[in-house]
Amino acid sequence: MDELIGEFITETNESLEELDVDLVNLEKDPNNRDLLSKIFRLMHTIKGTCGFLGLPRLEKLAHHAENVLGRFRDGDLEVTPPAVTLILESIDTVRFILEGIEQTGEEPTGDDSDIISRLDAVYEGRDVPAAAAADGKKGDNIKLIGDKIDHKDDEAAPSGFVSEEELEAVFAATEVLVNTNNTAAADDEDDDDDEIEVMAASAPASKAAGKGAANASEDGSAKKASIATQSLRVNVDVLENLMTMVSELVLTRNQLMQIMRQQNDSEFTAPLQRLNHVVSDLQDGVMKTRMQPIGNAWAKLPRIVRDISLELKKKVELHMHGQDTELDRQVLDMIKDPLTHMVRNSADHGIETPAEREAAGKPQTGKINLDAYHEGGHIIIEISDDGKGLSTKKIIDKAISNGLATADEIQDMSTQQIQQFIFHAGFSTAEKVTSVSGRGVGMDVVRTNIEKIGGSIELTSIEGKGSTFRIKIPLTLAIVSALVVEAGGERFAVPQLTVRELVMVSEKSDVKIEMIKGSPVYRLREQLLPLVYLNDVLKLKGYETQGAAKDAAEGDNVINLESKAASQNQYIIVTQIGAYMLGIIVDRVFDTEEIVVKPVARILREIEVFSGNTILGDGSVIMILDPAGIARATGKEEGSDVGAGVEQMEEQVHYDAREKTTLLLFRAGDRAPKAVPLALVSRLENVNIDSVEYANGQMLVQYRGQLMPLLPFSHAQQIPEQGNMPVLVFAEGKKSMGIIVDDIVDIIEEHVDVQMSGSDGVMGSAIIAGKATDVCDVTYYMNSVSNGWFDIQTSVGYDSDDVEGTSEHARRKILLVDDSPFFRNMLTPLLSVAGYRVTSVEGAAQALELCDKGEKFDLIVSDIEMPDMSGFEFAKKVKSEDSLWNNTPLVALTSHGAPSDLDKGHEVGFNKYILKFDRETLLDTLEETLSLSRR
Amino acid sequence: MCPANAQGIESSSSGSLDHVVGSANDFLTIYIAGQLFGIPVLQVQDVLGDLKVSRIPLAPPEVDGSLNLRGRIVTSINVRRCLGLGERESGKSMMSVVVEHEGELYSLTIDEVGDVLALKEDSYEKNPVTLDAKWRGVSLGIYRLDEELLIVLDVPKLINDLRI
Repeated sequence: MDELIGEFITETNESLEELDVDLVNLEKDPNNRDLLSKIFRLMHTIKGTCGFLGLPRLEKLAHHAENVLGRFRDGDLEVTPPAVTLILESIDTVRFILEGIEQTGEEPTGDDSDIISRLDAVYEGRDVPAAAAADGKKGDNIKLIGDKIDHKDDEAAPSGFVSEEELEAVFAATEVLVNTNNTAAADDEDDDDDEIEVMAASAPASKAAGKGAANASEDGSAKKASIATQSLRVNVDVLENLMTMVSELVLTRNQLMQIMRQQNDSEFTAPLQRLNHVVSDLQDGVMKTRMQPIGNAWAKLPRIVRDISLELKKKVELHMHGQDTELDRQVLDMIKDPLTHMVRNSADHGIETPAEREAAGKPQTGKINLDAYHEGGHIIIEISDDGKGLSTKKIIDKAISNGLATADEIQDMSTQQIQQFIFHAGFSTAEKVTSVSGRGVGMDVVRTNIEKIGGSIELTSIEGKGSTFRIKIPLTLAIVSALVVEAGGERFAVPQLTVRELVMVSEKSDVKIEMIKGSPVYRLREQLLPLVYLNDVLKLKGYETQGAAKDAAEGDNVINLESKAASQNQYIIVTQIGAYMLGIIVDRVFDTEEIVVKPVARILREIEVFSGNTILGDGSVIMILDPAGIARATGKEEGSDVGAGVEQMEEQVHYDAREKTTLLLFRAGDRAPKAVPLALVSRLENVNIDSVEYANGQMLVQYRGQLMPLLPFSHAQQIPEQGNMPVLVFAEGKKSMGIIVDDIVDIIEEHVDVQMSGSDGVMGSAIIAGKATDVCDVTYYMNSVSNGWFDIQTSVGYDSDDVEGTSEHARRKILLVDDSPFFRNMLTPLLSVAGYRVTSVEGAAQALELCDKGEKFDLIVSDIEMPDMSGFEFAKKVKSEDSLWNNTPLVALTSHGAPSDLDKGHEVGFNKYILKFDRETLLDTLEETLSLSRR
Repeated sequence: MCPANAQGIESSSSGSLDHVVGSANDFLTIYIAGQLFGIPVLQVQDVLGDLKVSRIPLAPPEVDGSLNLRGRIVTSINVRRCLGLGERESGKSMMSVVVEHEGELYSLTIDEVGDVLALKEDSYEKNPVTLDAKWRGVSLGIYRLDEELLIVLDVPKLINDLRI
């Protein structure tokens, strides 16, 4: 292709791209002369250049369009909405012809007589003929938007008018240039456009270039000339090459620095330091050349939204903020298409038709907001609309019909989890593929593209209110700072962006790595951090974990010895993956190094724990770890792609190692495991569904000659049609009730610390067997049984032969002192059910306060290990001569039954010692103690 | 990927060898477990002796690791393992042939490098049907030499087969 034509195409395409933004403004403000002048001049330039280059078709079209625009600009003709469409149409035709030229080097053959005749008709002042007139409806639409904007524009108008004469002057000057020097003129023209855009920017929607509008119009052409000489057009390949070379230079620098570190003092030290600085600066500088404002990726969006809204007869406004936010060109290229897709989606699927919007009580015009800003080393892009949001029902239907999930699974999912399905391949909830959407780019591709560059995408959507997508992407991909670590004798790099902190654990450390059923965890400042051994994840040989001996030394003696020695000091790399933290245990940590991330070979790309590889300063190749991949590989991030798991993990852990409770693990309703202290459960039964009867809306079974009410653990639970179902039986006196569960999983001994409060039936969540587990609130179910089956407050309703004993109980007051809310919550109902009146306090101090107030109790049950004041001290105080309570029996509650403790307990005045959760013994002991004390 | 006819490599093999038309019959010969193989010479970038290879955990067993060749990362593939042959006795040095595949460099670890031979088309034969299935998968056919038989190694296939 002729070099001149190539230049012409590049220039014209650029001008057209810029015009895209302005054209939408033209629609809002059809008689904006600045804009019209701009389009006029573009057409004029095209016409002139085409004549010079010998492109008759384009020249002819441009000529006729210029004629019409000339009259518009001079105000001879009123710009009507159909006329705007005609202008856009002619610009599109220009674009089409340009594309043809670009591909073949020649003008595509074709006939423009239709559009030319319509242009001529407008030029001659006739009505816009048929083709455009058919668009009358669209026109109304435009008018409405236009009207809305009009009054805002009034304030802005003065500056626009002031500059107009000057613009004309500049224009005239340019025209001369066009004739003399074609290419140079094109450049200048371009710069003029910029300036004009600045002035046009006073129109509300285009805030892009809102800098120094006043200056620009005053300084006039002199300034323009200087700008032209200040910027250069450089081929992208040149920059890319430069970047690659700088990357290599950085590596070589690193290599040299590494050598230097081993040699204490040499004459190279000083020059090397200087080299170091220069290279760093160079790196920064070159990086800057690659930075582009994100607005470049957005330029096409207003036009896209406009076209969609016309085609689908919707009213949509696109608001953009933060166009100036800069990011790496490479990153920009990667997100351009996903962004376009998402905005298109918002306009197409998100925003409703004006009628629907009105019915929903929203303004007719929908809004799409596009926001970009820096946050840490990342750029955040938010795309939000006030449309109809994601329809959970449609997603569910689609997910089931696509076989992505079963109805059962979906029942257990939160709305947020369900919404995540839209990121699955082949997922579109649009009932029909419109010409606008359904171009084969799904949200799965969007997510893949974003994740490919180390970014992440989050979605929040409220049905009826709208959706927001939040994209987080790194500023650059080229060079990252990484931590070099060793595990199993191999070195790996961990990108520093993902590293939150480093923790060293040695023999002498106060806090050690602890094991829960083979899974290591670490207490990091009141938080329980799940850990993985990198050796395990990577299946590196010759290594032994602390818990279970794995791959005992075979052959690899040397490494084994080494890693054993190294395991005295272990390092935990604390990484943050979304909202979730994971500690990666490595044998050694070396240093941080700047690395150039290179993609791994295609045949290895499926190994998810690596995000790339690199060459270190010493010339060796090492793999770059991807913490997110490691989390996925270890399954710790279960459900993180559905968001909920992460939130649970976020709440990590006030971890209380003192108490161990035997827990019954079961499942019911959703997938999350549930737990209930085994001591509270009387029996486990399998109840045949056929034996279930109903009375008073309550499920019942005949059980050991008594009626036993049954309750499902959760409402989401499905009661099987036939067969047996496992039931947890809770009994008190002769009364019992059953909770229906899906299945019994396990019985384990575990520390329990309820960290999140729950809702109905769930006391809260705790980490049990390494998983977030709901702890069942038995009281809730006992209260749920109708007719005051277990009447906890008054204990009425017991069998008549038991009334005496019960009423006796009811008079007895028990003070329960325990710091753990879990045990208070567990014991209070237990004792209440047994007929005692229970007062519970969370510490010895509060108990003594009650004592001072003169409260009296029949019995005091106290925990031993409590913060501030231990049970022993508390007992001493209670039993002291002057205490009001010195005759009140005291029962100690403890989780360990060490003989020494027993002795000490008796010494300080505890009448009895009971192990926690030994329910039968507890009740018996209380009864016994009380009857003893009565005598 | 077996050639459909015995006309010669240029006309019969698909894709991988098209760009070497003209000198497609020049082969770099290599030995693996005593068997002679040939790699079209234009695919060969480099021949290396022993180099330090970094292991890649979780990679397929055929992948030895990666190495640094003048600033480029090369993935090292153990051809013996690809062909289902045992390990070479330790102590003997290994050689590697570096090839480019889809813009990436791979080094094929083999026993020995022989010579560059120009082979005549009329000595070309399709794979014998009795050839070991694993070998048949990576063989583009056989050249009858005077003293021995040369198997044409289908390098792109060999590498693509390793994709996880």
